[in-house]
Amino acid sequence: MKKLNRRNFIKGSLAGGLAAAATGKATKADAAGGTFGGYPDSMGVLVDMTKCIGCRTCEAACNVEQGLPEPDIPFDDYSFFDQHGHGGEKPRTTEKAYTVVNRYEVEGRESPFFRKVQCNHCQEPGCLTSCFVNAYTKTPEGAVIYNPKVCVGCRTCMIACPFYIPAYSFSSAINPIIKKCIMCYDTRLKFGRPPACVEACPQGVMTFGKRKDLVAQAHTKIEESGGKYIDHVYGEKEVGGTSWMYISDVPFEEIGFNMHVGNAPIISYVKDFLAMVPMVLIIWPALFTGFHLLATRKAKTDESNKA
Amino acid sequence: MKKLAQEGYEPIDTLIKPNTNNPWTVKEKLLLGLSPQDYMKQLLRNPFNWFLAVVYAVGIPLLLGRFFFGLGWATHGSYDYPWGLFLGWGLFVMVPLSASGFMLGTTVELFGRKDFKPIERLGLLNGLLGYFFAVVFLEVDLGQPWRLVYPMFVSLGPAAVLFLVAWHVATYLTVQIAELVPATSELMGWVKPKKFVKSIVLGLTVAGIILSTLHQGALGSLFTYAPHKLHPLWISTAFQWILFFCSSIFGGLSMLIVVSALTKWFMSWRCDDNFLKNLDRITIGLGKGCSMALITYLVLKITAIAHDNEWSYLLDGWGMWFFFEMIVGTLIPLAFFTMAIRTDRAGLARFAAMFAVFGIALNRMNTVLITYNWEMYQDIPHWREFCIAIMVYFTYIVVYRAVLYRIPIVYTWRGERK
Repeated sequence: MKKLNRRNFIKGSLAGGLAAAATGKATKADAAGGTFGGYPDSMGVLVDMTKCIGCRTCEAACNVEQGLPEPDIPFDDYSFFDQHGHGGEKPRTTEKAYTVVNRYEVEGRESPFFRKVQCNHCQEPGCLTSCFVNAYTKTPEGAVIYNPKVCVGCRTCMIACPFYIPAYSFSSAINPIIKKCIMCYDTRLKFGRPPACVEACPQGVMTFGKRKDLVAQAHTKIEESGGKYIDHVYGEKEVGGTSWMYISDVPFEEIGFNMHVGNAPIISYVKDFLAMVPMVLIIWPALFTGFHLLATRKAKTDESNKA
Repeated sequence: MKKLAQEGYEPIDTLIKPNTNNPWTVKEKLLLGLSPQDYMKQLLRNPFNWFLAVVYAVGIPLLLGRFFFGLGWATHGSYDYPWGLFLGWGLFVMVPLSASGFMLGTTVELFGRKDFKPIERLGLLNGLLGYFFAVVFLEVDLGQPWRLVYPMFVSLGPAAVLFLVAWHVATYLTVQIAELVPATSELMGWVKPKKFVKSIVLGLTVAGIILSTLHQGALGSLFTYAPHKLHPLWISTAFQWILFFCSSIFGGLSMLIVVSALTKWFMSWRCDDNFLKNLDRITIGLGKGCSMALITYLVLKITAIAHDNEWSYLLDGWGMWFFFEMIVGTLIPLAFFTMAIRTDRAGLARFAAMFAVFGIALNRMNTVLITYNWEMYQDIPHWREFCIAIMVYFTYIVVYRAVLYRIPIVYTWRGERK
């Protein structure tokens, strides 16, 4: 299968746009803007957050699968949840942990609420579009992977990620690189198998499947629950859609989800500038040479009058 | 050097030694025409050099530590604040303050304003050194600095904003080096390079305008990748590039006013009459440019707030901080520049320029660090990061001073002999 690098990404989005325009399924704005919208058969994971009990088995499975170093706090030590980072923040993904579970005390609930954090594998990833060495690839299977061999270490992808996911191996002096969840692409996803964390979960919190099926499944579940779930599938539309999606019975803003990210992919905010670049390159030379001719006209005329 | 000048020392400004037929050797040119003993004496006499010694004594071991123990040792290694002082100060503040290169090139070569000629080279040098040290800062900050050429030749990501910045800064550095070839040629007695650059100067200048428009704007656009992380008053995805570009105009010109004033105060022995006598007039002229860019910037900034309908953000603490930046960094310099122009007072224009330079620095630091993650927590960089940044910045000053001492920037080369 063909991997998605930026060129194919653009080609794909153009071709996709044309195809969609031909079948009349996409709006005109989509085709004109060259919106990618994701691979049709990409896989995804639906997280039913009501089921998570915070056992951290997924973290342990990820650690083994990805060959990560020993954790600072063992996976069966639940004081992990009481940690506070530099600014009083809950634990986040690091160079040693591609996924972490956060605990939230929600008012009116007897037991705490848990949320697993990892890369959401956006359909149009901010990290990918911001990378100036084209290290990132969105695979047709849905994973956002990267090539550490070309990473220069500018860390723009960390700026561009709306979910604060990519970490950086700051501790390394010779080969520091970006570190993040790759949906177990190399070892599992490529072969059609679910990521290690999904398989390891004893509670069946996560469902692995085709993204479009999962979206339908999520909505059915919400409808059939009779009002138990919040009527929102987080990740269905956020920043252009993500491969990992969440449903919950607690409002998302109370459990650490960023509700301000909007539905537009990150690249759509950058396009204003990118469109301006060729204009300047094409128009400025003639414009400013023209200014030069105008500004020095008097001197030239004086010269020729003298002669 | 001031003391030497009082004792009758005359700096080199000819190819041939006075009262002889022998040309100055390169070594003599480097030692400013002094004997090695006298050169050392004047070095040790200058209290600023002793201050530098302290800066380096602290900074060099820390810089080595950064490369031997990694960025995590020198900085907080924060995942939430991937960019710190090295980029915040070194790239985002230094680049707009170095816009003077293309501004003066445009004024003199493109618009034919020969009355700004006496300060053109200082403008170009200020540009070149600022960009060069921005790259030095970048090399300190990059995780793998030896891969700097990867975006150029190894693995290209042409749709990324940083790709544009990388290419433009690299090509613009080349343009600026070329623009300073004439000055260097004079000192070294080369003829052909100077002639060649003169023949392509219009092309270089136009290239400078294109590259500057785009990369100054691109530095702002880098933050359109994080529209949700910055405080809304400091990010306007539609206007970010023009805000950054427009503010770099008065930033670069104001920096040039400040640097030329410092040169006049501390290095008058090296300046010639052409520079010293014209400086007040030129300062007012640059001030006019600044005031026009400032008022444009102010209106753009208000338009951006109106465009995104962010008026309500002006009322809280962040709003006050925004007002502080706008008043100190934009309104005060605008008022002072206007007064200076109307009353023809160069001193007041210099005062205004200091405010404008501070304003640019504050705006860029606000964008990169202070209002970044405004809903999360504020990160104060590690002390080692401060020390390294200060050391690299003082290296910039040292190189700046060394070049001004030697290459004909603020004095006119007399050629063969007096």
